[in-house]
Amino acid sequence: MDTDLGWWAVPLALIGGAIRISTPFLFVSLGETITEKSGRINLGLEGTLIFGAMIGYGMAYLIGDAWAQAAINDAIAQGLPPPAVSARSYPMAAWLGVGIAAIAGSLFGVVHGLICSLKRVNDIAVGIAMMLFGMGIAFYFGKPFIAPAAPDLPSIPFAAWSDVSQVRDAFNVNALFIIGIVLAVVLWWAFRNTRLGLILRVVGDSADAARALGYNINLVRTLATAVGGAFAGIGGAFLSLYYPGSWNEGISSGQGLMAVALVIFARWNPIACFWAAMLFGGTSALGPALQAVGVTGGYYLFNAAPYILTLGLMVATSSRNRAMAGAPGELSITR
Amino acid sequence: MPFKPVPSRRDLLKTGAALGALGVASPLIGARAFAQGALTVGFIYVGPRDDYGYNQAHAEGAAAVKAIPGVTVIEEENVPESVAVQRSMESMIEFDGAALVFPTSFGYFDPHMLAVAPRYPGVQFRHCGAVWQEGVHPANTGTYFGYIGLGQYLNGIVAAHASRTKKIGFVAAKPIPQVLININSFLLGARSVDPTITCQVIFTGEWSMAVREAEATNALIDQGVDVVTCHVDGPKVVVETAAARGAYVCGYHANQSALAPALYLTGAEWNWATLYTNFVNQALAGEPLANFVRGGLSDGFVKMSPYGPAVTAEAAAAADAVKAEMMSGGFSVFRGPLYTNTGTLVIPEGTAYLETDIALESMDYLVEGVIGSTS
Repeated sequence: MDTDLGWWAVPLALIGGAIRISTPFLFVSLGETITEKSGRINLGLEGTLIFGAMIGYGMAYLIGDAWAQAAINDAIAQGLPPPAVSARSYPMAAWLGVGIAAIAGSLFGVVHGLICSLKRVNDIAVGIAMMLFGMGIAFYFGKPFIAPAAPDLPSIPFAAWSDVSQVRDAFNVNALFIIGIVLAVVLWWAFRNTRLGLILRVVGDSADAARALGYNINLVRTLATAVGGAFAGIGGAFLSLYYPGSWNEGISSGQGLMAVALVIFARWNPIACFWAAMLFGGTSALGPALQAVGVTGGYYLFNAAPYILTLGLMVATSSRNRAMAGAPGELSITR
Repeated sequence: MPFKPVPSRRDLLKTGAALGALGVASPLIGARAFAQGALTVGFIYVGPRDDYGYNQAHAEGAAAVKAIPGVTVIEEENVPESVAVQRSMESMIEFDGAALVFPTSFGYFDPHMLAVAPRYPGVQFRHCGAVWQEGVHPANTGTYFGYIGLGQYLNGIVAAHASRTKKIGFVAAKPIPQVLININSFLLGARSVDPTITCQVIFTGEWSMAVREAEATNALIDQGVDVVTCHVDGPKVVVETAAARGAYVCGYHANQSALAPALYLTGAEWNWATLYTNFVNQALAGEPLANFVRGGLSDGFVKMSPYGPAVTAEAAAAADAVKAEMMSGGFSVFRGPLYTNTGTLVIPEGTAYLETDIALESMDYLVEGVIGSTS
């Protein structure tokens, strides 16, 4: 039953919005954290995100459509009436799309990593080039996928107990969000407590020490960038396959770039990345939610809340003493 | 830029002599293509052709033009409202020989189309949305648009019959007159059925902003809205999000029923096929093309999507009756006394504006019953 929530709709929208919108921020920022821990910055994740959104959506549609055609042909071959299926009937195809987006993202990461392994190459400039490249080929190959409807990723109803339909909808949580939380905790633990985490941090904090220990710095950094790219690809697939759930050329409103800023705000700490992503998601929901309860003036200002928040946080956390606290020592911005 | 060598004096003399011999006056050079019964027509879109929205509506019109014998259609998508559109127009004219060009997006008009048109006096330019003024704008240019607010009024009637919560919702891009006419028409249509209905509007501030459109739709439904329509460039996200939440949808721009087969009620669609085929047939016949074209339901510029399965016979009959009145002419959506939602009287008792009235093209208010604000 629909219930009149009145002003309670605002906190509910902020929580629901945080859950719906934060996942791409979370995945991109976790990926960027891994990359930056190894001492490189990959600014190209916005391009990877958009390419992941396109390839995830396109592949999910093509696979789902092929399965639907096969089911129809089977039924006809057996003399049965053709079933009413389409690409949207196969959520499994959406998961395959997420997997393909991750692979594509890691390939972008490998390219970035290999180019940056050359001498005297600036990782920020390569990142910007990769961002434009990713967007360009995503738009080029994404043309035929704007119209078709691909399957959606399923969601888990966490508030099925509630009588209030708004609450039930706000807590329809996608599995990727939960995977993101688990990954954040695992990464936080792994950076401190595992051999891999130690190698990553050594390479990122002191190339000399890593070299003395006999690690191949370029290999570690390239792999870290590849993993970061895979995460960004998954974040893109979430955009096109779950929320808002369709592919078009304006699907990302800068989530990939904002997530990179968010890593600095989160001080390269995966748990902090999660809270920062939630905060960005919640503020993105603020503008529409306030208009819905009747705060109709100044919507341009409220719609800009996530961007104002980005600026505010950067200013607030930039002090002369601790601006770069926690930053890996080998980052080109700290060296 | 196409390479154009500077013609030598000898070339000019030769051309002049040839033209003189044929008795052809120079302004007619470009009109040559018209007379031969063959015509190349160019369409330029700001977004993708299959966006379930604004651009798809124009592309469907272009597809109808392709069916006319002797006509070649060239199309270009994703052309920004910048100097890029000038290059697109020039290349269509110089390389493809286009004699009639339709730049379809609002921002293509000034300064871009106005800059290119004087250089090609033999080519006709027709733009969607702007207001052509004689003496101000070149004679080989013109503009066209449709009164789609009538369609939103009919959407409102059907929405009012479907709504149980008596709250309907509108996801709008920007508070410009065309959008405000649509919002107000949607509410007035609904209130013609039930005067207690309210329409909640949320402005996203952008023509295309997928995540915010989805959030706006969710926020409307959280407030108890159970019928949603929109005015954004691509309604796909709004339609899919609303349908996923179980709300009814009224479409806009193009037919979105495939995205929500059970919950799609009806929709206000552009029907550019009529207008484009008219223009092209006139050009083929060598007739002059009108410079300022406007039209509504009765002119076939705007049409309604077929009713979805959720529309009751009663609702369909009510909407059809009003549609018949609109088709026969003289139906006013905006008639006095009409108050804004801040309580100002904007149309006094006894005054009624037809959709053609120029006073409506500067609308800057939301009428009583719309919850929202223009700033």
